[in-house]
Amino acid sequence: MSKDFETVIGLEVHVELKTRSKIFCSCTNEFGAKPNTNVCPICSGFPGMLPVLNEQVVDYAIKAGLALNCEIAEYCKFDRKNYFYPDLPKAYQISQYDLPICKQGYLDIEANGENKRIGITRAHLEEDAGKLVHQGTISSSTFSLVDLNRSGVPLLEIVSEPDLRSSQEARAYMEKLRSLLLFAGVSDCKMEEGSLRCDANVSVRPYGQEEMGTRAEIKNLNSFKAVEKAIDYEVRRQIEALEDGEEIIQETRTWEEERQITRSMRSKEEAHDYRYFPEPDLPPLRISREWVERILQSLPEMPEKARERLMEEYGLSEYDANLLTLTPDYLAFFDECSLYYKDGKIISNWMMGELTKLLNQKNMDIAECRIKPAALAEMLKLIDEGRISGKMAKDVFETMFETGAGPEKIIKEKGMEQISDEGTLGMIIQEVIDKNPGVVDDYRNGKKKATGFLVGQVMQATKGQANPALVNKILAEKLTS
Amino acid sequence: MTLSIQEVQHVALLARLNLGEEEKEKYAEQLGSILQYADKLNELDTEGVEPLDHILPIFNVFREDKVIPGPDREEILANAPLVEEGQYRVPKII
Repeated sequence: MSKDFETVIGLEVHVELKTRSKIFCSCTNEFGAKPNTNVCPICSGFPGMLPVLNEQVVDYAIKAGLALNCEIAEYCKFDRKNYFYPDLPKAYQISQYDLPICKQGYLDIEANGENKRIGITRAHLEEDAGKLVHQGTISSSTFSLVDLNRSGVPLLEIVSEPDLRSSQEARAYMEKLRSLLLFAGVSDCKMEEGSLRCDANVSVRPYGQEEMGTRAEIKNLNSFKAVEKAIDYEVRRQIEALEDGEEIIQETRTWEEERQITRSMRSKEEAHDYRYFPEPDLPPLRISREWVERILQSLPEMPEKARERLMEEYGLSEYDANLLTLTPDYLAFFDECSLYYKDGKIISNWMMGELTKLLNQKNMDIAECRIKPAALAEMLKLIDEGRISGKMAKDVFETMFETGAGPEKIIKEKGMEQISDEGTLGMIIQEVIDKNPGVVDDYRNGKKKATGFLVGQVMQATKGQANPALVNKILAEKLTS
Repeated sequence: MTLSIQEVQHVALLARLNLGEEEKEKYAEQLGSILQYADKLNELDTEGVEPLDHILPIFNVFREDKVIPGPDREEILANAPLVEEGQYRVPKII
């Protein structure tokens, strides 16, 4: 990539708030129902229907705003954004124009090993539109089908300042934003289900130039990876165009996952005249400071604080503490497990290692995991007591993951229990010594490494169930006596 | 006061109206006179008057976050000109 140009990125993120019902009507806000089964005359835009605001939506917006260090407006209102599109039954979207509910916030990301503060211009409430469904591919189909289940789902649109300077920073911003929203508990933030969506405004300019370059808005970024790749592609495209003496056109582009390119959507210039005006069907909001205070009190421990706590209380590395505080579910698992087992580092190692590995293999969320935190703690205690070895524990853990059974039950059923009985081990070891007089002589003649072979024989005789520490101890005693 | 033909065309495009030349001229004049009438409001001295966002002095009208199922799909779609697989069938836009 050219070193002469600086990349400038601002992100617009739409997040679906996880209320029970929609923003302006009582239809369920549930993902995945059959087309047009979660609809009513209000969200289908029947004439004469009147919207009524869901109070929980305002609570969540305030909560998200506080999590993002925003100022919460004392007064705000809704406006109509007018445009024609088949997924918008009223031909206007109820949104917020000049008086958003949240403004002037920020979040901190880590970029190139340094902390960087990214400004948040505003966050405003709006209703989602419906979904257009095409048979076959979009280009080959001759008509569209409209599903209005999503119409009226509450959205918070969060607009960042153009403070991001690379695709990595954009991704870090998205990950941090997701984490904060998950901790605030306002959304499930599933990019694959569209409850977290991102548009990127991307431009480039020669280093040192104050003025912004002409930007392109990129849509259809459905994963963190897509955010990164689309920005990389777009930056390359713009720099190449500028170096070839071309001009950048301000336009909307879409990310094509299959071709890994951004493509111009070439919308008519005039279509961007939304003719906003205050929504006459909804009275304005006055948000008292008591209300904001009440929401502030209800915010749980946020990831930054939790991270510091884990590092201080358990001596975890910053890296581990970061991973454990990525989602509230991971943190809750850790916290619960640590109620039953003291060593946080060991819990962290198992969670970051085996647990994450198995979850990734099965493409599962930790919330769906069949191993309960208390069961992991129980298993860790069995290792400490010498009843199973670390190696056996991995097998036990896998079975726990698959069946949800407790570790005690598994080791009993599989006969996996480690042999830690000195009498039993002593007999087995004596047999091994008697069968291998040559090796024993080698040892006594100074070849200390010969014990390795003998330990191996003991392990074989016990199918790996002998307590290794005890085997070493007894063997040493017998060989030197 | 008359609206320019360009302004009428712009508004017509936004409203997805296909106007003939004669209509454009007619509406330029009619819309112009409506705007002129509304313009009278500018003669009022509004110094120190707060802008009004809503006609009624009411705030914070809310609904509880409770689900009430809507009507059956068949009922909702009953007035649609074209229905396919439980969805509205419309011309392709993109």
